[in-house]
Amino acid sequence: MVERQSPLEPVLHAGSHGNFEHGVDIILSETQPGSIVQLAAWPGEEKKLISCIRTVTGLALPDGAGGGSTDGVRSVFGFASGKFTVVDEAEGLASAFAGVVTPAIGTVTDLSHGRTAIRIAGPKAEWVLAKFFAIDFALPAFPVGAGRSTVHHDIFAQIQRTGADQFDIYVFRSFARSFWKALCHASEEVGYEVQ
Amino acid sequence: MLINCPYCGPRDVIEFTYQGDGNRERPQAASQNLDAWNAYVYDRLNPAGDHNEIWQHSGGCRAHLRVVRNTLTHEISSTAFAHGGHKSAARHKAEGKS
Repeated sequence: MVERQSPLEPVLHAGSHGNFEHGVDIILSETQPGSIVQLAAWPGEEKKLISCIRTVTGLALPDGAGGGSTDGVRSVFGFASGKFTVVDEAEGLASAFAGVVTPAIGTVTDLSHGRTAIRIAGPKAEWVLAKFFAIDFALPAFPVGAGRSTVHHDIFAQIQRTGADQFDIYVFRSFARSFWKALCHASEEVGYEVQ
Repeated sequence: MLINCPYCGPRDVIEFTYQGDGNRERPQAASQNLDAWNAYVYDRLNPAGDHNEIWQHSGGCRAHLRVVRNTLTHEISSTAFAHGGHKSAARHKAEGKS
């Protein structure tokens, strides 16, 4: 496989930054999953696609728009009607899906090299993200496992809540560096640690 | 202005792109009826009140939506998938208005 380089490399400085004298309220990291795949079902084939996701990843999707789940290694969430993002720490997810998602069910798009995954965690994660995105980050409105498609200054982003105070954000690789810098600036006032 | 996307829920208008008047009916591609084409391209109702519109949730689920917006108040009285959408996605179905 081609060795993947992170677009964040020149700007990712591990350690504590900003106003951290009283501790850090934000932890930023790049999760670097091996596979990021988008699946789309043809109309009427959604249930078959959901069962394909279960077969390949072992994850069961809850009902409802934007529903998702994660087991810490693999994650899945709906980001549009009949469309899902699936992420795995290991490589090879796209070929695994290509074997089960037949052309009659839907399509598989490998975005592993096209997206960068940034994790923001900590007690102020909701608060910092609310500076960027005009959506409700409160736990009842955005439960653990759920995903949202939204924009940050017209740049598309997909967000999955992977913990009570933890979110994984998938952004275009070419915009990842500027987004990372913006995220660092936004986290400065509460103190953040880069891991 | 908030638009209640049938998939994503209420979202700010900055996430949406206006795709034009929802009252138009496109003639068949091979149609040589110039009046029909003229009406499709130029004729608009321009109502002072409820107006059928097509919007795309370009900064979200990217679905095309049928929206009824009041041109006087900007109140949006209904939103629905332009082409029916996937049934499993009807988050706001139970509310009676989508």
